[in-house]
Amino acid sequence: MSLLHLAILSPLLLAIAIPLLHKYFRQIHTGWFVLPLPIVLFTYFLQYISLTRDGSSIIKTIAWIPSLDINFSAKIDGLGLLFALLITGIGSLVVLYSIYYLSKDKEKLNTFYVYMLLFMGAMLGVVLSDNLIVLYTFWELTSFSSFLLIGYWYHREESRYGAQKSMLITVFGGLAMLGGFLLLYIMTGTFSITEMIGRSGEIFTHSLFVPALLCILLGAFTKSAQFPFHIWLPDAMEAPTPVSAYLHSATMVKAGIYVVARFSPIFAEHSLWLWLVAGVGIVTLFWGSFSAVKQTDLKAILAFSTVSQLGMIMSLLGVGAAAIHFEELDNSYFTVAVTAAVFHLINHATFKGSLFMVVGIIDHETGTRDIRRLGGLINLMPISFTLALVGAFSMAGLPPFNGFLSKEMFFTGMLRVMEMNIFKLDTWSALFPIIAWIGSIFTFVYSMIIVFKTFAGKYQPEKLDRKPHEAPLGMLIPPLVLASLVIIFGVLPNILSETLIAPAMTSILPGLAFDVRISFWHGPTPELFMTLGVVILGTILYLTLAKWQSVYGLLPDKLALNRLYDKGLEKAQYGSFRLTSTYMNGYIRTYLVYIFAFFTIVVGTTLFVKNAFAIDASDVSPIRFYEAILVLVVAISAVSILFAKSRLTSIIVLGAIGYTVSLLFVVFRAPDLALTQLVIETVSVSLFLLCFYHLPEISRTEERIRFKLTNAVISIGVGAIVTMIALSAHSTKLFESIAEYYVENTYEEAAGKNMVNVILVDFRGFDTMFEITVLGIAALGIFTMIKLRLARRKEG
Amino acid sequence: MFNVVMQLSLLFISLSMLGLIYRLIKGPSVPDRVVALDAIGINLVAIIAIVSIILRTSAFLEVILLIGILAFIGTVAFSKYLEKGVIIESDRDL
Repeated sequence: MSLLHLAILSPLLLAIAIPLLHKYFRQIHTGWFVLPLPIVLFTYFLQYISLTRDGSSIIKTIAWIPSLDINFSAKIDGLGLLFALLITGIGSLVVLYSIYYLSKDKEKLNTFYVYMLLFMGAMLGVVLSDNLIVLYTFWELTSFSSFLLIGYWYHREESRYGAQKSMLITVFGGLAMLGGFLLLYIMTGTFSITEMIGRSGEIFTHSLFVPALLCILLGAFTKSAQFPFHIWLPDAMEAPTPVSAYLHSATMVKAGIYVVARFSPIFAEHSLWLWLVAGVGIVTLFWGSFSAVKQTDLKAILAFSTVSQLGMIMSLLGVGAAAIHFEELDNSYFTVAVTAAVFHLINHATFKGSLFMVVGIIDHETGTRDIRRLGGLINLMPISFTLALVGAFSMAGLPPFNGFLSKEMFFTGMLRVMEMNIFKLDTWSALFPIIAWIGSIFTFVYSMIIVFKTFAGKYQPEKLDRKPHEAPLGMLIPPLVLASLVIIFGVLPNILSETLIAPAMTSILPGLAFDVRISFWHGPTPELFMTLGVVILGTILYLTLAKWQSVYGLLPDKLALNRLYDKGLEKAQYGSFRLTSTYMNGYIRTYLVYIFAFFTIVVGTTLFVKNAFAIDASDVSPIRFYEAILVLVVAISAVSILFAKSRLTSIIVLGAIGYTVSLLFVVFRAPDLALTQLVIETVSVSLFLLCFYHLPEISRTEERIRFKLTNAVISIGVGAIVTMIALSAHSTKLFESIAEYYVENTYEEAAGKNMVNVILVDFRGFDTMFEITVLGIAALGIFTMIKLRLARRKEG
Repeated sequence: MFNVVMQLSLLFISLSMLGLIYRLIKGPSVPDRVVALDAIGINLVAIIAIVSIILRTSAFLEVILLIGILAFIGTVAFSKYLEKGVIIESDRDL
């Protein structure tokens, strides 16, 4: 086990110790024990930058299940390192924030930090695994720990609903992704991502390529909250704010982005990948930003804004994949989109993390997150206001913050889509920049709402639960760090380009040349005018918000995706209940009909299809007349049972059948069987009489069995099939009987002359032993049933 | 000759069995059926004896004895049931 593996697993190991630390150090906030770990990991991962900046990577492997090619191989390359730094860096800040956010006395801190560490370890495992099965294992662990964190306040109905919803959707996608991984394994025979990328040409021509692509994309889209699977994210806002900041803005929702980026080298040769990723991303971008404007809860706005920004990164990755697709073009033409994606990934983590923390502070200090009750906090909480301003302006894409740069590059990427007319549909690709532009306008509007509806306007103390004041310093430090990063990356973007962005792009676009200089000023390009348009139109829309907000009422409630989800779940439950209650009706006779009908159909069809019916009379002994008469007696008695009027007659006729069968045993020379059959028949007839005597009065009325056509058809079918099987089996004897051995050895080996008995107790005595056991159990069971009357004892 | 006689006796006994089966099924009362069953038991004894002779074996003599006992017990049990409603009387109700 290398240090790298230890680093990945260390959060899980610490999670084991947390409950103990919580128990024995009551007076110290448990978060302080957690805090050093992500910081240490962050510095540990920082040292790998020197390794990845020249495009190299390392893989460390420890065997897990080598016989199945499943090994815990950890790989550090540009992309994995970028995510690892995000996870540990923001993880440290979020832990620090949570120490001040969560009360030591009121909350169950031990479970919170266990879940949090579980998540952190899982997320590190996802981004640093080179083995698909290990990646999937950690992937499900992130879903699971996210479920636990969303349901942290489990006594609240909405928390449980949100946790269940996110679990169902992400696990659905996760399973689809597992399917995709297995398809990839079938195609290549390896679980290693690195090897797969090396053999992408071979995968591309395989017939399972498209199914694998769709399955993996489904997993990535559900996790990254892409349209139409984004509905779980707003409901996940029931989690504590540090969780929302960490999982639902900076890390977990980017796992899908990671997967798309990671698999781009394999799948991007196909245009389907390009259009699905870019198309779904751009739709998500628009729908997220459009929906964000109508929200009144600050966290809901941020949730939809996360959806929208994730869509933006996703569409950029899709467009950037064109660099692999069009190899004949000048490569750096489309790679700018990937640069923008990676850059915005970092930017989004910084400003969205800080915004969530600010919202958490507001919630903490005022007791509400509803923008209709907030306002005028600018003088009371000046630091929070500054932080919110920086974050929101960066999100809106204004200079001099980092969001401006990534938005400019985003527009560049989108404009270049117009030039890749893959399906000769130039008009369609023109939609990309237009939708992106409209989406950005809405982004601008909701960013303004976050800042100005909260901090500007009239202060309404009567609507607030407590008197707001500035948050404690510890709570402000994490968002301060993030906000200063927003500005630093905005002013000096190139400190990232060589260290993080270029290595990450090497992983996404292996073997391509690109230029990642991020320049602040492009000159008077179309992108600049688009940004100007966004600002102007966005300001107008924000100022006239009250006039056009009724637009949101136009969309009928029935078409809302949440309603669709709720109804779908309800219908699925109701439908399966209905389905089950149609065939599971509780009557044994119905189940017997299923069993016998199934038996007849399956066996009959098999015999028919295999053409296995055979009647061969060469081996049949002559029928003697008394045999014929005995068989006739049995047959007549059997049929007459069906038409018997009273039950007593049935019992007696059944006895007659049993005795006749014993007579048949005599005729066929089986004295032991005949003896046993006679005794058993007598005993069972008397048992039947016993049952008859104890029947309740009401069912003793003499009544014939009613005729039912289905039953008749099925019984005749079963009889016919069994007869045919018996005839066919007798006609096709494949080898000689082994009976000769017993005949020769009964006396020689076992010292007995009665062959049946010798077989029963000597040659095959095991069967006899267990038959005895069966009888013993039956006797005990009957005794227990008669004697043990718990219900009656309870009454008495 | 001997063999033919044996076969003929089997045939006749079988025919009498058929008649008894008719009575068993037709009824009309339960005692009719019980008597038919008893007679069937005795016919069985005869059939088994003849079959043993035909097969030249003494392996079925136990069966003959057993049927004799069972037919007796069975008929007694039936009769008792028809008369009293119970077969095994107990002194006290458990």
